[in-house]
Amino acid sequence: MNRKGDTMSGRIVSVFRNLLRKNTVEQALDDELEASVELLTEEKMNDGLSHPQARREALIELGGVEQVKEEVRSIRAGHLLEDFAKDLRYAFRTLAKSPGFTAVAVLTLALGIGANTALFSVVNGVLLNPLRYAEPDRLMALYSRFPNYDRGSISYPNFLDWVHENRSFSALAAYRPDDLTLTGRGEPERVSAEMVSASFFPLLGVQPVLGRTLLPEEDQIGARPVVLIGGGLWKRKFGSSPDVLEQSLTLNDVVYTIVGVIPADFRYTGINFQQSDVYTPIGQWNDPTFRNRRAGMGTFAVGRLKPGVTYEQAKSDLEALGRHLAEQYPDVDKDTGITLVPLKQAVVGDIRPTLLVLMAAVGFVLLIACVNVANLSLARSTGRTHEFAIRLALGAGQGRMVRQLLTESLLLALAGGGLGLLLASWGLQAALKALPQALPRAEEVQLDGRVLLFTLAASVLAGVFFGLAPALKTSRTDLQETLKEGGRGLSGVRHRAQRVFVVAEMALALVLLAGAGLMIRSLAKLWRIDPGFDPHNVLTFLISFPSRTASPEVVRATWRQLHDSLNAVPGVQAASLDASSIPMASESDLPFWLEGQPKPSSQAEMKITLFYIVEPDYLNAMKIPLERGRFLSPHDDEHSPPVVVIDESFARIHFGGQDPIGKHVNFAILDVTAEIVGVVGHVKQFGLDEGQAPGLEAQCYFPIVQFPDQFIPLLARRVAVVARTAGSPLAQIESIRHALGQINSQSVMYQTKAMDGIVADSLATRRFSMVLLGTFAALALIMSCVGIYGVISYLASQRTHEIGIRMALGAERWNVLRMVLGEGTKLALVGVAIGLVAAFGLTRLMANMLFGVSAHDPLSFAGVAGLLILVALAACYIPARRAMKVNPIVALHCE
Amino acid sequence: MGEKRTDLLRGTLDLLILKALSLEPLHGVGISRRITQITKGAFQVSFGSLFPSLHRMEEKGWVEAEWRSSENNRRAKYYRLTSSGRAQLKVEEREWNQVVKIMTAAVESA
Repeated sequence: MNRKGDTMSGRIVSVFRNLLRKNTVEQALDDELEASVELLTEEKMNDGLSHPQARREALIELGGVEQVKEEVRSIRAGHLLEDFAKDLRYAFRTLAKSPGFTAVAVLTLALGIGANTALFSVVNGVLLNPLRYAEPDRLMALYSRFPNYDRGSISYPNFLDWVHENRSFSALAAYRPDDLTLTGRGEPERVSAEMVSASFFPLLGVQPVLGRTLLPEEDQIGARPVVLIGGGLWKRKFGSSPDVLEQSLTLNDVVYTIVGVIPADFRYTGINFQQSDVYTPIGQWNDPTFRNRRAGMGTFAVGRLKPGVTYEQAKSDLEALGRHLAEQYPDVDKDTGITLVPLKQAVVGDIRPTLLVLMAAVGFVLLIACVNVANLSLARSTGRTHEFAIRLALGAGQGRMVRQLLTESLLLALAGGGLGLLLASWGLQAALKALPQALPRAEEVQLDGRVLLFTLAASVLAGVFFGLAPALKTSRTDLQETLKEGGRGLSGVRHRAQRVFVVAEMALALVLLAGAGLMIRSLAKLWRIDPGFDPHNVLTFLISFPSRTASPEVVRATWRQLHDSLNAVPGVQAASLDASSIPMASESDLPFWLEGQPKPSSQAEMKITLFYIVEPDYLNAMKIPLERGRFLSPHDDEHSPPVVVIDESFARIHFGGQDPIGKHVNFAILDVTAEIVGVVGHVKQFGLDEGQAPGLEAQCYFPIVQFPDQFIPLLARRVAVVARTAGSPLAQIESIRHALGQINSQSVMYQTKAMDGIVADSLATRRFSMVLLGTFAALALIMSCVGIYGVISYLASQRTHEIGIRMALGAERWNVLRMVLGEGTKLALVGVAIGLVAAFGLTRLMANMLFGVSAHDPLSFAGVAGLLILVALAACYIPARRAMKVNPIVALHCE
Repeated sequence: MGEKRTDLLRGTLDLLILKALSLEPLHGVGISRRITQITKGAFQVSFGSLFPSLHRMEEKGWVEAEWRSSENNRRAKYYRLTSSGRAQLKVEEREWNQVVKIMTAAVESA
């Protein structure tokens, strides 16, 4: 054992020496020439010359050391190159001679390398590549920090104070989405819109394709209405005409002047930001709520650090600024602050650990592929032992043999890499199309130079990895033994290596299966979670109203008309307007305090509740269970006292054991005190795996028509609808659209989605991980079973002779079956045992991807272990049956 | 044409080196001196041709090199003929003799 270990390590050393050969050659050449110079010098000194003179003459006679070296080098290099070309030709020929082996090896490697390439391009696009803005490292996202939530929206007056008082940023820009309907240019069209600060585009370094961006003086109340249009709208409405500048655009009855065009490929990923058709100056909006320091209104900000200012400096600057504002406006800003996050981190979010786990998993797949191909070439090299022995006998150096076999492996690996690249680009497109919401920056995922380099490196490494072991083993061939054996090949050592490979494959596959199993169990648990409402057969959409100014009476009348005509559409069972939060899609929250308790002195001390502004039919449309009291009724209108319905979380958190019904809630910002009339079930607002926003558990429902007059303009531009339909919700879209057209030809219906689709999207990232891990595990399962099948078939075929004798001596067929199956079972069990230990250690790393399942879930572990053993046995059964059917007479004649 | 001539010369040089080494192992300078000696001073081999030839012959396995102390106790790289080098010497000698015979006959026939 020991001796064998020594020769093995000795061989590895000699291979490294070969790799380092170039430097050794150089050094030896230097030494040789220096020695020659000295010899010549000595000779000349014997002739009576002084040392310096002798040395000079010696150098002259040598004819320039560098030229000599160059000559020698070119001979050596030419030699290496010639060898390589020979090896390559030889490799092509031998591979072409065994097309089956070549095809399986290339395909296996293509799957392994392809999966790695695909995933690396995701990691590259999402995590590694810098954001596509000028000097992206200096860009920061800013949020308001509240006691219960540190990434809240920013009130505009606070934002303006940040702009004036900070010392760290060369520019800050605020943005929020807007709802605008474009009229006067063909059919009315709801356009996507963002309000942005004048500094927004310059700060990101985005140049307009035409015209200019917004000016600071246009970012003020009362300035001339100007608008930037997106490249999409420019093409759609203006045919990309260059004379679009200074043309007018009517949005919600306001006439804007176009001053610039933003590139169509402009992207910015931030909360509440979308690539838009139009960008208007945020500072022109004079809405009183927007100008109220209490209200965030979905506004967020981005800033560019001054050159030389670090993140930490900016952070402490903003901390001081926040404290100052808290002192200045204690009733609003007390206990609040500013959260600063590097923009890239804000965009990429918490996808990083997930991607790293997936990257590790896909690395395992490549490892299995390599082991599999190593195994195949080992089995194949057994058949070639004779060839190698003859070549060694004819004087081929062992290093030469290793080099030649490695050339063969590299050729296979590069072919696999090329095919893998194709598979990767095809698979990536499919995956991203299937689950576009799963990844931030998904549009930036592509096969760029770095990915190609990665693929090349992975291929070469894989080639060396799976080529080295068989190459070393083969070159160690004992000449005499082999030639004497008559070409039947070596047994012992090589068979042990194959067994070790199979065990390793089984272990790796088990780790991947365990990961996939845990992911599947997590999703199964998530799907079984009751979202608190029935998402099936519910349609949601938004309706925009172009009206700019409308009295509260007119708006309420429009809502009632809308409600009636929606509910009159055949196939619609219950429809309700929803003017704020929509489960798993959007949320609004409000601070409140309970009547009878002391009024909090600052907003930060108030409680927070999610807020749904709905109609009485909402309960039936969503099928939310009523637990106590009553839901909203048609009698709760603008003339009757305000009422509110709370959810069970609200009741539990704020009333404990008390009966909440009849109690009053004071919504400070709205200046409304409403009586609690009922309690309903809790809705999983933040997705089935809710828990992302602790402190926002309480929910309440407020009748839309009771919303205070002064805030009605905020809701007047658009409203969401949830409608329970008799059949498939998407089938009702046209009839609903038709009914809407009858009431108001200017209003537009958009973002039409089935509710169960929204629920599914809330799990997109987990599903993405599950699909990938599942695919990797399936690949691993198939590859490792092909591996065990190959080895058991090979071992059984080597024993045909022995089996023949056994059967001739009276062994039963089932004895043979048991013998071969037993061999496979033993390997599978050892592999599974090692795999279980490894999985136990490794699945901890994916704990944050799991839901409701321990990273060491015994059921998942046992399940995948059983699955792997079963499949491995099935793979072994085929060769076992073949062995069982061996005809003793034929088997013995074979020799 | 030029290439042919170099080939002829290189072939000649190889033969001379093999011949020089056939008696005993020598270092590079020694080979050069030995060639001058056995050609009675007619050939002065430049080191710029000698060393590349030696290294090529080493790659081909005709000669082997090892570091040894010289007669004056200096370390030097000594070249030694291998068995395939000796075989090559035989081949080259035979070929050379044939060339000489053919060329002589050709020149004298005129």
